[in-house]
Amino acid sequence: MIIAASATVRAEEFHAPGPSLFDLPGIAGSEVTKPMVQLFLAAILVFGFFYLASRKRALVPGKLQFAGEGAYGFVRNSVARDIIGSHDFQKFVPYLVTVFFFILVNNLFASIPFIQFPTFSRAGMAYALAGLSWLVYNGVGVARHGLLGYLKLQSVPSGVSPVMYPLLVPLEFFSNILVRPVTLALRLFCNMFAGHILLALFATGGLYLIEHVGGIGYVAGPLAWVLAILVSFLEILVQFLQAYVFVLLNAMYIQGALADEH
Amino acid sequence: MGGSLNMIGYGLAAIGPGIGIGLIFAAYINGVARQPEAQSRLQSIAILGFALAEALAIIGIALAFVLKASNT
Repeated sequence: MIIAASATVRAEEFHAPGPSLFDLPGIAGSEVTKPMVQLFLAAILVFGFFYLASRKRALVPGKLQFAGEGAYGFVRNSVARDIIGSHDFQKFVPYLVTVFFFILVNNLFASIPFIQFPTFSRAGMAYALAGLSWLVYNGVGVARHGLLGYLKLQSVPSGVSPVMYPLLVPLEFFSNILVRPVTLALRLFCNMFAGHILLALFATGGLYLIEHVGGIGYVAGPLAWVLAILVSFLEILVQFLQAYVFVLLNAMYIQGALADEH
Repeated sequence: MGGSLNMIGYGLAAIGPGIGIGLIFAAYINGVARQPEAQSRLQSIAILGFALAEALAIIGIALAFVLKASNT
């Protein structure tokens, strides 16, 4: 009996979802894949929302304008002004607001029925975004301090005796210039990647338990689906948090690049 | 059901960042409880610390998949 049961289980072996989950074929045989379409859709949604919200700029805001102002004010006040400082944060607000809502919409695609694919679970998308941020914060730093001054600011730590420079300068340069964009992209990518795999694991694992295990599987399978729903709510929190962390770190890098030498 | 030792290793590796994130938020809650008006200043510092600690776990999961891919 037990041997027979294990034999049937082996015949229908459970394949845990892996990285192959993200290899989507092109739509209708073309090179265009679903995440690419989602990128465009997110850009249109973000543009459309803020365009409609700011079209009629009334002194007493309507519902849509109120929502738009709230969304804009959140990034402007709690990220840009608090981190970069009231002196020169105004220039960077459009960039930070755009990036925040672009990432947020793209992440929320993971939880919207029928789309259910986080765009940034493809590493290339996240790397492109982090590359843009790298250009922005290095660009403003070079514009403020000049190339040599900026490199000195980023790679020579203050308050350290020059004896330590040979050890610290390469390390600081490596960490501040080279590794920052990689961790920025990897953080976003891996959170979305892991979240999507986790949800797929709960869903397919629950189905497998019900279909092929029997007995305790009829209890454990639906339980896995209930957990999948709970994990979805956790994922929505993570999606928001990752968009927030991305712009927060962006603002911190910009602030670090603009900072005066001590 | 296929599995890989890498994933167990990753689970062990995630303990470190887990403890780190716990300590960061413990300190943040302590700070806010002592001085509620400092919340807005503490929040961004806490989120930065959280992001840096989490980066270790994230690098771990990336490497776990890389190793898995190169083994098979």
